[in-house]
Amino acid sequence: MTGASSRGPAAARAIVAGDRRVLARTITAVENGDPSADRILRALYPQSGRAVVVGITGPLGVGKSSLVNALVGLLRSRGESVGVIGVDPSSPFTGGSVLGDRIRLERRADDTGVFFRSMASRGAAGGVAAATREVARLMDSAGFDVVLVETVGSGQVDVAIRDIASTSIVVVVPHLGDEVQTLKAGLFEIADIFCVNKTDLPGADLAEKDLAELVTLGERSDGWAPPVVGTSTIEPTRGIRELWDDVLAHEQFLDTSGERARGERRRLSAEIVGIARDRIGQELTRRLERDPSLRRLLDEVVAHRIDPRAAAERLVRGGRRSR
Amino acid sequence: MAKARAPRKRPVRVLIAKPGLDGHDRGAKVVARALRDAGMEVIYAGLRQTPEEIVRAALEEDVDLIGLSILSGAHMALFPRILALLKDQGGQTIPVFAGGIIPDEDARRLKKAGIRAIFGPGTSLEEIVTTARSLVRHPS
Repeated sequence: MTGASSRGPAAARAIVAGDRRVLARTITAVENGDPSADRILRALYPQSGRAVVVGITGPLGVGKSSLVNALVGLLRSRGESVGVIGVDPSSPFTGGSVLGDRIRLERRADDTGVFFRSMASRGAAGGVAAATREVARLMDSAGFDVVLVETVGSGQVDVAIRDIASTSIVVVVPHLGDEVQTLKAGLFEIADIFCVNKTDLPGADLAEKDLAELVTLGERSDGWAPPVVGTSTIEPTRGIRELWDDVLAHEQFLDTSGERARGERRRLSAEIVGIARDRIGQELTRRLERDPSLRRLLDEVVAHRIDPRAAAERLVRGGRRSR
Repeated sequence: MAKARAPRKRPVRVLIAKPGLDGHDRGAKVVARALRDAGMEVIYAGLRQTPEEIVRAALEEDVDLIGLSILSGAHMALFPRILALLKDQGGQTIPVFAGGIIPDEDARRLKKAGIRAIFGPGTSLEEIVTTARSLVRHPS
């Protein structure tokens, strides 16, 4: 998107007016860290904060994409517009990726009330890409009522969705493990809603029971008790309406309890620090590579004469010898 | 502090789709995997896509390249339709390549219509990857 910087406000207006092509190109610029996106993001920020942003996470193969498709169907039948982000992993070896979340999407090709974007994780840990939050915010600014973010098939510590979504659904299937698995730290801690998918399979009732029990073992600090809902995306689908009712109940809880404002502050504080950390990191990397005295410092560390902590101290002090 | 963030190296985004009604997707999957291994981000749209769905996916995903796989024989109807829709919707600069069972005479006509490269059975993956890369470098 070369030349977009001069068109920042115009591009922002086009996105708000519903120009999907400009939205698509701006998402690309954001993903690529193209500085031309900065002005567009800046111009759009005041328009954001209206959409319900819901995270759908859970291990690979539990049916996240199919659930997203079912939720899109339900929301469209209620006249709500939906932006979807499907994140899949990038290869740590080649950087390549196969993005297959779109494959489950069924919708009319002329339905402008749905916008689906696939994203590769591009080396980010945690289950989403570095740019996912800003892309969700773009969709929010573009006027979508709901933004669904489907994470990479997650592992036990992939909890980054919590920094993007106001409601996180953790999806599991029967026979993922015994009840002690549900007690472990990480993924299961971030669930605002537990979804046991594939209830057409045997063992679903046991999985639902284990999760319902987990919820009773202790109280969450915010006072929300995550509901457990069973779903099946095979026609006739089951539990999709109930799943969305639970999302709305949690969103209402966020408003009435004051947790939304607290969560927003926490998320935005982390975002500001994260962006600042990235920029400072890039600057320090640049200095270490270009400043001759700092390059000598690196030589000293390589030769085991100065330890990395002392060198880092000198680096952040701009190369001056500390004390 | 340096003002501009250094733009990250931009991976090529490519849509691989199967228009029409045949269910043989092994070829499309082999190509998708080869392009993945070449460092590209492959949006795999899967089987039985209409031209409208393919064009919509290409524009939403803002791809640099579109690859179509077809074995049903309906290429003379579906490919020109996809090219026409792309043109209508402002995506005419996205290069389109194709693979499958496409007779030489049809291939000539399709290339004239704007399909940039056509790969028949036996084409090496290396050739497909090399061509895909060069199409992205020279979009029109």
